[in-house]
Amino acid sequence: MKRLSTTLAAALVAMAAAGTAPAQQKPIRIGEINSYKAQPAFLDPYKKGMDLALEEVNAAGGIGGRKIELVIRDDGGNPGDAVRVAEELVSRERVDLLAGGFLSHIGLALTDFAKQKKTFFLATEPLTDKIVWQNGNKYTFRLRASTYMQAAMLVPEAAKMKKKRWAVVYPNYEYGQSAVATFKEQLKKAQPDVEFVGEQAPPLGRIDAGAVVQALADAKPDAIFNVLFGADLARFVREGNTRGLFKGREVVSLLTGEPEYIDPLKDETPEGWLVTGYPWYGIDTPEHKAFFIAYHRKYNDYPRLGSVVGYATVKALAAGLKRANSTDTEKLIAAFRGLNFESPFGKVVFRAQDHQSTMGAYVGRTTVRGGKGEMKDYKYYDGAKFLPSDAEVKKMRPAD
Amino acid sequence: MTVLLKVEGLTKSFGGVRAVGNVSFEVTAGELLAMIGPNGAGKSTCFNMLNGQLAPDAGSIEFAGRQIVGLKPRAVWRLGVGRTFQITATFSSMTVRENVQVALLSHHGGLGGLWRRARDAHVDAADRLLERVGMREQGDRPCSVLAYGDLKRLELAVALANRPRLLLMDEPTAGMAPRERVALMALAAEIVRTDNIGVLFTEHDMDVVFAHANRVIVLNRGQLIAAGAPDAVRADAEVQRIYLGSRH
Amino acid sequence: MSPDAIAVQFLNGLAGASTLFLIAVGLSLIFGVTRIVNFAHGSFYMLGIYVAYSLVARFGGTVLGFWASLLVAALAVAVIGVVVELLLLRRIYHAPELFQLLATFAVVLIVRDATLALWGPEDLLGPRAPGLKGSVEILGRQFPQYDLALIFVGPAVLGLLWLVLTRTRFGILIRAATQDREMVGALGVNQAWLFTAVFALGAFLAAFGGALQAPREPANLGLDLVAIGEAFVVVVVGGMGSIPGAFLAAFIIAEIKAMCFAIGQTTIAGVSFSFSKLTLVVEFLVMAAVLIWRPWGLLGRPAAATRNPAEIEAPISPADARTRRFGFAVLALLIVLPAFAQAFPYTLVLSIDILIAVLFAASLHFIMGPGGMHSFGHAAYFGLGAYGAGLLVKQAGWSMETALVGAPLIAAAGALVFGWFCVRLSGVYLAMLTLAFAQIVWSVAFQWDDFTGGSNGIVGVWPAPWLSEKWAYYYLTLACAVAGVLLLWRVLLAPFGYAMRAGRDSPLRADAIGIDVFRVQWKAFMLAGLVCGVAGGLFAFSKGSISPEAIGVGRSIDGLIMVLLGGVQTLAGPVVGAGLFTWLSDLIAREFAYWRAALGLTILVLVLAFPLGVAGSVKRLFAREAA
Repeated sequence: MKRLSTTLAAALVAMAAAGTAPAQQKPIRIGEINSYKAQPAFLDPYKKGMDLALEEVNAAGGIGGRKIELVIRDDGGNPGDAVRVAEELVSRERVDLLAGGFLSHIGLALTDFAKQKKTFFLATEPLTDKIVWQNGNKYTFRLRASTYMQAAMLVPEAAKMKKKRWAVVYPNYEYGQSAVATFKEQLKKAQPDVEFVGEQAPPLGRIDAGAVVQALADAKPDAIFNVLFGADLARFVREGNTRGLFKGREVVSLLTGEPEYIDPLKDETPEGWLVTGYPWYGIDTPEHKAFFIAYHRKYNDYPRLGSVVGYATVKALAAGLKRANSTDTEKLIAAFRGLNFESPFGKVVFRAQDHQSTMGAYVGRTTVRGGKGEMKDYKYYDGAKFLPSDAEVKKMRPAD
Repeated sequence: MTVLLKVEGLTKSFGGVRAVGNVSFEVTAGELLAMIGPNGAGKSTCFNMLNGQLAPDAGSIEFAGRQIVGLKPRAVWRLGVGRTFQITATFSSMTVRENVQVALLSHHGGLGGLWRRARDAHVDAADRLLERVGMREQGDRPCSVLAYGDLKRLELAVALANRPRLLLMDEPTAGMAPRERVALMALAAEIVRTDNIGVLFTEHDMDVVFAHANRVIVLNRGQLIAAGAPDAVRADAEVQRIYLGSRH
Repeated sequence: MSPDAIAVQFLNGLAGASTLFLIAVGLSLIFGVTRIVNFAHGSFYMLGIYVAYSLVARFGGTVLGFWASLLVAALAVAVIGVVVELLLLRRIYHAPELFQLLATFAVVLIVRDATLALWGPEDLLGPRAPGLKGSVEILGRQFPQYDLALIFVGPAVLGLLWLVLTRTRFGILIRAATQDREMVGALGVNQAWLFTAVFALGAFLAAFGGALQAPREPANLGLDLVAIGEAFVVVVVGGMGSIPGAFLAAFIIAEIKAMCFAIGQTTIAGVSFSFSKLTLVVEFLVMAAVLIWRPWGLLGRPAAATRNPAEIEAPISPADARTRRFGFAVLALLIVLPAFAQAFPYTLVLSIDILIAVLFAASLHFIMGPGGMHSFGHAAYFGLGAYGAGLLVKQAGWSMETALVGAPLIAAAGALVFGWFCVRLSGVYLAMLTLAFAQIVWSVAFQWDDFTGGSNGIVGVWPAPWLSEKWAYYYLTLACAVAGVLLLWRVLLAPFGYAMRAGRDSPLRADAIGIDVFRVQWKAFMLAGLVCGVAGGLFAFSKGSISPEAIGVGRSIDGLIMVLLGGVQTLAGPVVGAGLFTWLSDLIAREFAYWRAALGLTILVLVLAFPLGVAGSVKRLFAREAA
């Protein structure tokens, strides 16, 4: 029924549009840059999410009669190429604005490119706090909940555990380092007697899980904060389970509840970790339901977190473009400041003070159901509540 | 007769095997001295010590009154000792003339140059040296296409580039046709005469040795067993014993 | 730390050593016999774990089924190895040294995308090994049974290989070929089939090493590069071609890593230091130390002079009139290029990248071709130039123009220090020491958050206002690239260039005519570093940011690809190769979703069509025509 109505609506809009001159206007072009082949596990679903939203937006008549078009480029996983394709998109493809980014350093390179070239840029996936704070600029907005926000979401629950001795394990690069720094700082505030007794920072993608797990166990912590993800996480979990590292210990773990990372664990998924993530199987808000049904219908697959981000990216851009009623960079910036839009996670706002969206994340406990890893007892944490005060932001973020 | 090279008590062992033991001899200017001996007698080891490639375990090597033990080959060369190798060592990516030019540039201290074209340097001198060994017409050919005998002659030209007072030639005629051998040794003899230099060479071909050498020394199992004029050495009982049947 | 903890960490190290040994040993065999630097070795490893995953999922329920699955997986990959050898490598054994590396690099690209297409993007964690699922208690700690088994697999494979190498005719041939390739030909053995067999054995061992990891880690698309990096280090530390050496090296590296984790965060002299972070680079520190101390690895032997079957390069000469005219025409075209910027705005952007690549590749070719020093770590000097420029602007407050002058000096200073160690070595050992230094520089940039910006790098490094227009920056880059390339060419035609080639062609003869080969090569290294630093500085300002990738292995490999693709034996080679590779990468990445595979296939076609490199083969063609 719903499908019929959207098709009908689309047809009607198309007919209406066809009758008016603006329909002949050329489409709005969005340049999208990402590490598609370097990070396919996350970015395949991301692209699918974008395509779905694009279809919906255009079926609904586009923006002011203009269709949206995505011009997608692979950055090969390195910032040098990312900047080159950004220039290509701007100069040859004449895109109206840029979006994308997954790896932090590429996100930052594009952030600075946007500033230099005075081009609007929506950083979609990268998590580094610097995009909106230390390296923030007028031209850059960021969609996903940042490292700081996600770590901060876990702190209140972690403090409630009342564990004194903590160990941390994280991949040795900016994301891991800043997540741990935020977590330590905030946990100390919430629970002054906390003690960090072990710290392991294996190289990304190359963990010696056996040695790391044993070293953590030998530190005899009461609880562990984990930032590992991907293949490192799987190795760590398997070794940890075999060696009994998680027995009788609380584990707080960033991103582990995201399907991208929990799915590969299957029945190895540890029980009861406190994680951020995306429990697609149990979110029954209307926004999410609609998204889920549409996604499943189009791809015959369940969405990953990447799908949500990709979908929300296009929705956010559509909302911003509509509000700006122009593709002019300055007008877009003005429109995005304080912009409200509907994401599968509900209403999200782009904060005017630092251009960070308030898109949140789900926090819950891990469990195994039917041989698969899932989250239980989860709750949506609105990103707006896990951001530093305006005064603190002002201190960190350079003025425009 | 000036003594150019004075070797005393030269000794070298490899892993307990004495390759050269207590060898002493002299080379004077204007003489063609042959060092002979069966395979493994220690000739190449001896040569490698003379030009600094190998450090001796004991002994002294004086060149023109100066102790040269411990000097690197390039330093020995700078003192005026040229050398050819048993297996020719040339610069295969260069032309014949360029091979000689590099040696001349090195002799004149010009190899640090970053700007001037190397192929324009010392062209005439290089051609004269090539002329001397009969290679002038082949000056522009790539060294990599030369016949073996020509390579040997080129190597000689290269070795002569710094006007050496002593020339060490390790099997200079190996791999050559008989006629070429005679020609090359005649050339060496002529250089000795005209430039008044000393030549020490090793050789397997006894005809070559006895036709050209002024003096002969004989090594066997690292020991010097005979020295003297070719006829005297040929008549030496021990030398005959060693070479009986081993001459092919 | 208790002695018990150290003891168990030691066991962890042993399990790791077995793993490393299996990754590396096949590479050592292949190199020993064929002298091929096989980049695809990591891909065989990755395929091993993927195939094993699929087989174990079906047949891995029983003990027998599990182990049979691993063996079958390794055999399947060995067959792929045979195909690669027969269809590809066999056609190019007579190409110039290292050229085969290009082909194996293409195989890496193709295998990566094929794996993605076949198995999908998600990490695939296999089930545990039947019968070895649990753990045993050792000194009060749970130790996985499977790891315990692994500890024995490494030595068992070592023993088996030892038997094969000492007791079978095949093994004796392998050993003979490792020591002297020509001897095998003299023994009347069909060398082609020996190579195929060794390549298959190497692929089998790599894949078996991968398959054995299926119960320990998920099959994922990053494994090929991780494995190849580790394999090279182990092989070189142990000594190329030495199998006991590989075992010893694997043991040392794995134990050092385990102990780094065991020590963890520690305070030394009041400074808190994380040993776990050291594992980022520890194997390269070990490699650098070993190579400086023992230039042929722990148990390796000085390689016999490589008698490369390739043709010796023709003498170089100044460009003839026709070439000059062509050169001027190209230059004229480049000069008027900005006039078309309106119609083709991207051309300038891409051209800047190409010109920077040309400078990078030309400086690498300078030491690699005429210098005879294969550098696998040329990115070090590119990175030093780029970071130098960025830091001079951001930390020292220099202007862009002065920073651009300072950058190459910093790179040259780096080359001065590293070159002093590197030029003492030769062949693959030299190459790997350059790589080790590059990795050390990389890890410093990656780790020194306060100074270099850590993994994020430095942002906000833009050109001065008068150069901020694309065309202006283009002319700056063009001027630097042309000047740099002409300078290098000029030097190659000058006496110094001849001294370099003399040292490469015959170190013995060079020394015997008074050339200090060490000093010549050291100076060459510095000059290459200087020019490469210019490229790095230009790169930083053209991108506005600089991150550790600029020093990464990927960039060093790109340089090698450019030089080899263009033709290492010609002066124009690096220029043509850099242009072609940069242009192709850009084009293919845009036009194909599976761009890696498309790029790999393109390189394969070029490799087979131009076995002397593009410029080399074209030059040959003209030379024939003229003759």
